[in-house]
Amino acid sequence: MSRLQVVSGKGGTGKTTVAAALALALATEGKRTLLVEVEGRQGIAQLFETEALPYEERKIAVAPGGGEVFALAIDAELALLDYLQMFYKLGGAGRALKKLGAIDFATTIAPGIRDVLLTGKACEAVRRKDRAGRFVYDYVIMDAPPTGRVTRFLNVNDEVAGLAKIGPIHNQAQAVMRVLKSPETAVHLVTLLEEMPVQETADGIAELRAARLPVGRVIVNMVRPEVLDAADLELVRTVERSSVARSLSAAGLGGARRGGHAEKLVDPLLAQAAEYAERYALEQEQRAVLGELGLPLHELPLLAEGMDLAGLYELAADLRKQGVS
Amino acid sequence: MTAEEHAETEDREVAGRRLASSRVLDIDSLLDDPKTRIVVCCGSGGVGKTTTAAALGLRAAERGRKVVVLTIDPARRLAQSMGIDSLDNVPRRVKGTDGTGELHAMMLDMKRTFDEVVEAHADPERAAAILANPFYQSLSAGFAGTQEYMAMEKLGQLRAKEEWDLIVVDTPPSRSALDFLDAPKRLGSFLDGRLIRLLTAPAKLGGRAGMAFLNVGMSMMTGTLGKLLGGQLLKDVQTFVSAMDTTFGGFRTRADATYKLLQAPGTAFLVVAAPERDALREAAYFVERLAAEDMPLVGLVLNRVHGTGAGGLSAERALDAAENLADPGIVDQGGGKAGLRNSPDTCGSSSSPAAEDATGADASDTGSPADQEDQEDQERSVDRLAAGLLRLHAERMHLLAREQRTRDRFTARHPEVAVVDVPALPGDVHDLTGLRDIGDRLAAGAATGRTEPS
Repeated sequence: MSRLQVVSGKGGTGKTTVAAALALALATEGKRTLLVEVEGRQGIAQLFETEALPYEERKIAVAPGGGEVFALAIDAELALLDYLQMFYKLGGAGRALKKLGAIDFATTIAPGIRDVLLTGKACEAVRRKDRAGRFVYDYVIMDAPPTGRVTRFLNVNDEVAGLAKIGPIHNQAQAVMRVLKSPETAVHLVTLLEEMPVQETADGIAELRAARLPVGRVIVNMVRPEVLDAADLELVRTVERSSVARSLSAAGLGGARRGGHAEKLVDPLLAQAAEYAERYALEQEQRAVLGELGLPLHELPLLAEGMDLAGLYELAADLRKQGVS
Repeated sequence: MTAEEHAETEDREVAGRRLASSRVLDIDSLLDDPKTRIVVCCGSGGVGKTTTAAALGLRAAERGRKVVVLTIDPARRLAQSMGIDSLDNVPRRVKGTDGTGELHAMMLDMKRTFDEVVEAHADPERAAAILANPFYQSLSAGFAGTQEYMAMEKLGQLRAKEEWDLIVVDTPPSRSALDFLDAPKRLGSFLDGRLIRLLTAPAKLGGRAGMAFLNVGMSMMTGTLGKLLGGQLLKDVQTFVSAMDTTFGGFRTRADATYKLLQAPGTAFLVVAAPERDALREAAYFVERLAAEDMPLVGLVLNRVHGTGAGGLSAERALDAAENLADPGIVDQGGGKAGLRNSPDTCGSSSSPAAEDATGADASDTGSPADQEDQEDQERSVDRLAAGLLRLHAERMHLLAREQRTRDRFTARHPEVAVVDVPALPGDVHDLTGLRDIGDRLAAGAATGRTEPS
């Protein structure tokens, strides 16, 4: 299984949540995973209910069976200084460069350098070994930029290697590309059962494939429970209001006659059912579209109580059950 | 007061509280005011920002204004519905709008916009050199911050033309929600910075007396940069920078002008969110940041708010009732449920389920035993459906409670922010009818102050 698992998805689909759940799921049975964040939003810290993460790998959770999840919020500027120090012993020069605005330039404006640093740091963690020659992390899970930008983000090293034809940046870019375009990497896309995110997922997969980046799984997040099935929905269209009123009355909700409490509930409840039916049909359609993508498809439920730490462990268990780890 | 009446009163009180605790954003007054010239929609990804921008544009146009909507990255079918699915960086008239106003729409082409800026500020020869520079080509094709900068640049261009009464802008789905505010400044400060001077004219600096110390530093820097980037790239950067030299002043001035334009009266910022924890947290961050930057925030558009027509029926009661239907035995014994079943009814009809059932049976013909069986089957399936309807309702009530809690947290933090609710639609919007519907919902939020029917 790929040791670098990249999680992307349209904004609002919960890719940070899925990435975190995946990091937990992969950390079971004594494994150690690193969850990395590249967009500086501190989404991981919020999810794990801890203080903001520094640019430092630290343990944030223990998985069932003794595994550990570490987290790292990669900061492009610090990664660059780190890099200068590591390769050139340029700690002091780094500070001077910063004063000149060169670090700002390199990390925010210069084409792609920021993204090279972010992906480079993640790849470094993937390849890092301890003294005994074992990988420090069994898996690295990256909470990546959204689908619309992820191909460009991962592929930036190709572009940079083309721009900087020689030199350490060139070499670094190529080394990163070797990891990203190998079976060592899998890019997963998170979606909802809605038209726009599904469309974006399909487009994203096409882009990733065109760039020869390895596509992994599609994870449908926040799937609502099926409350009414197809037979119920058929009945919603044809059922007589009066018989629904009688049922509601029998359930203890007041009178079934015109103006009775149970009778007054019929219209709003049927209206909610009609809304549900419309959404149900749309969801079935989108499920079919996703089915045609020919990728492993997973579904995670919408958590009724909203997302919290307990919910995260629930999703991780669910992912494990579905065989993603 | 019966339990039910009590519940209904409580429901009205909830509505009243909601009205009192947050100001309501009046969309139509905003759109109709001739002094409103720019509306900026911002918010985190996936909250319906683009759709909101398009719906606002359409509504303003159909209320008589000449509007242009600048979108960054619209969903394909939404773009198609407005006739802008091809990128050409020029506003196109949207066909099929009602009334005397006009709706134009365009999708931002980053590279083209950047090229236009270069062409506007450099002589043709120099412009050609810049456009051909590999460093420039990468920069303009959309690396960090370019999209944000170009969106603001395009906004400045559109505004300068004085061709439109109202410009509605959608902001890019940034890595940080506020990049569009920072990017022009950042690019501006970079262009003003010492690094640029270092890259453009190291020789000139070295020639000055008293700069000798700096010069040592400088050559070390160029050396370092050269080492890092590789000689060719550094040369490309230097060529690019010296070719751009004359246009930098223009960039800086424009970035400043656009920033001031955003602060000016006539600009209205709308923060768009959904009643979910993350989206509202981002929204709160936005509100604070806009205030810190002196940007005129007019309110929060809260998309995808759910409602119910049966707010008087609590989730707990609905679930109890659904259980009664699933296991009819309980209804017959149900001492614990007696209170519910005995609650007096407004029309004085019998509240005994047995009596109701009897009435139902009497009303229909009692035919052959087979018919009878059919009918029982049917009743069972209606009971099952009713139980499903009740469970669905319980789920809806839980959702409403969660949305209300999330929203209350935002309101507590920012009571000054006017809010408009936009009821959730079951499906996606991809035509003008759908946008019109959203526009109606945006405006109706102000009329009622709450979105629930009934």
